[in-house]
Amino acid sequence: MAWFRKSARQRHETLDEDLWTICPSCKVHTYKQEWQAGLKVCPKCNYHERIGCMERRDLLVDSGTWREYAGHVTTSDPLNFSDAKGPYSEKAAAAKAKTGLSESVLTGDGKINGIPVSFAIMDFSFLGGSLSGGAGEKITLTAEHAGRHRWPFIIISASGGARMHEGIVSLMQMAKTCAAIARLNELDVPYISILTDPTTGGVSASFAMMGDINIAEPRALIGFAGRRVIEETIKQKLPDDFQTAEYLLEHGFIDHIVARKDMKEFLHRVLQYSQKH
Amino acid sequence: MDLDFEKPLEAIEQRIAELKALNNRADVNFDTEIAALERKLQTASKRVYAKLTPWETVQIARHAERPLLRDYIQGLCSEFIELHGDRCFGDDQGIIGGFATLRDQRVMLIGHQKGKTIEEKIKANFGMASPDGYRKAMRLMHLAAKYKLPIVSFIDTPGAYPGFEAEARGQAEAIARNLTEMSLLPVPVVVIVTGEGGSGGAIGIGVGNVVLMLSNAVYSVISPEGCASILWRDGSKAPLAASALKITAAALQEQGVIDEIILEPEGGAHRNPAAAINATGDAIVEQLRRLKKISSKRLIEQRYEKFSKIGRFKK
Ligand SMILES: [Zn+2]
Repeated sequence: MAWFRKSARQRHETLDEDLWTICPSCKVHTYKQEWQAGLKVCPKCNYHERIGCMERRDLLVDSGTWREYAGHVTTSDPLNFSDAKGPYSEKAAAAKAKTGLSESVLTGDGKINGIPVSFAIMDFSFLGGSLSGGAGEKITLTAEHAGRHRWPFIIISASGGARMHEGIVSLMQMAKTCAAIARLNELDVPYISILTDPTTGGVSASFAMMGDINIAEPRALIGFAGRRVIEETIKQKLPDDFQTAEYLLEHGFIDHIVARKDMKEFLHRVLQYSQKH
Repeated sequence: MDLDFEKPLEAIEQRIAELKALNNRADVNFDTEIAALERKLQTASKRVYAKLTPWETVQIARHAERPLLRDYIQGLCSEFIELHGDRCFGDDQGIIGGFATLRDQRVMLIGHQKGKTIEEKIKANFGMASPDGYRKAMRLMHLAAKYKLPIVSFIDTPGAYPGFEAEARGQAEAIARNLTEMSLLPVPVVVIVTGEGGSGGAIGIGVGNVVLMLSNAVYSVISPEGCASILWRDGSKAPLAASALKITAAALQEQGVIDEIILEPEGGAHRNPAAAINATGDAIVEQLRRLKKISSKRLIEQRYEKFSKIGRFKK
């Protein structure tokens, strides 16, 4: 009867997983419904779980106002790249199928409490939110579009950095996107950067750090070099809070840490200072 | 110091040297043999250098005797007035800069410094700049804009320094700000990748109207070793990663990132530094003469177009 006992236990575990979310940070169990209703934030320790670009959009944009922009841009394979796991083109196709996205960033326009805004929202589940030629192109086109309309531009970052499968093309997107941000600055068009977990590498070292206002979600990992690389370089253990949103706030690189549930209201308050008075 | 693939050449060179030594003191004559060996050396070296793998090119780009920024300054500039400090924290030695008279051109010269002796290397952190270095470079570039001086930027770095202090002082912010502000510089910006173009650390002073590259330099989003350890889970697969990443001058020119390749003397810049430095000087001066005729407004537009074209979506 071994098979019976095993399947009973499996059923029990499935039931468990269906009902509860275990916080990866404090291990406290929360009812799944409560976890969802709390925007995937732990009610006990304020851990902010990573969420997708669609969820983010729905949290920030007035319902019925979203219009996608530059949605035709999708992943290219400029190097015809292949690694140990096979061709990059297959990897990218799998990411598209899994996420339903065309690239690691969703771009478009929507309103925040009636104020029109252009958005670029990165999605970590698409190849680690990596910055590719396609992603850089979408961000740049949307920044240019925001500039033409004089609409504030908001980028929400969630990325491990440049996508190495596209080689130098990825690296150049850092310069390309920053040049687009520079043009918004010239036009006095507001640009707000929201840094979520994680914002590292080439994304932290380009548009994500260049907001008129830099906002981070609590405890988001934000930094240039990886923790392991730094520890190997300096031959020292790094403090636990190193490269957290709180650490960056303390060091002067972030204006505000804002909880997910308060983000839309905070953006609205800030944006009002940038509108015609 | 010779590289593995240079060893057959080394053997021939040694034999020639031996015969020449004998020629000088004995009453025998080896002229015919020496001439034959020299022809053999030429053919062999043509063969070796004509088909360098990307990984072999990486070795040349990192060669200990490859000319460094100080050699270019010494070889090309009749005057160099180094300017120090970022006015915030310190005077990083991973990037240096100052007023320079390069041939007949007054310019603001900046670049990564790797250092020759071990003391210099440590002081310059092996060419891995800290935020203070990027901020110093930006300060000098703003000064160049004020004085209407063209900017010449030499890239040769393994990457920006991945250190505790560097992170705490905002390595990411410093690079991001340079990328943003360089795009609006109203003066010509000539960038030359002379050795290693290491990722964010390279592009952090690399937003030029033109980007030139020495024929054995490399420029990459990540080091081949780093890429291999992530995508192959094995750092020793670096030669594979070097090929896959397409980091050589010719491959980058094809991708529209590099505007002009500066041909190195046969065997690489380390075999004839003076010739490599001279060719680099010629290429820089030619670009400066051309760019100086272009209006500020047009320079900014052209730089924007150059970078926005890279990764432009076509379908
Ligand atoms: Zn928790």
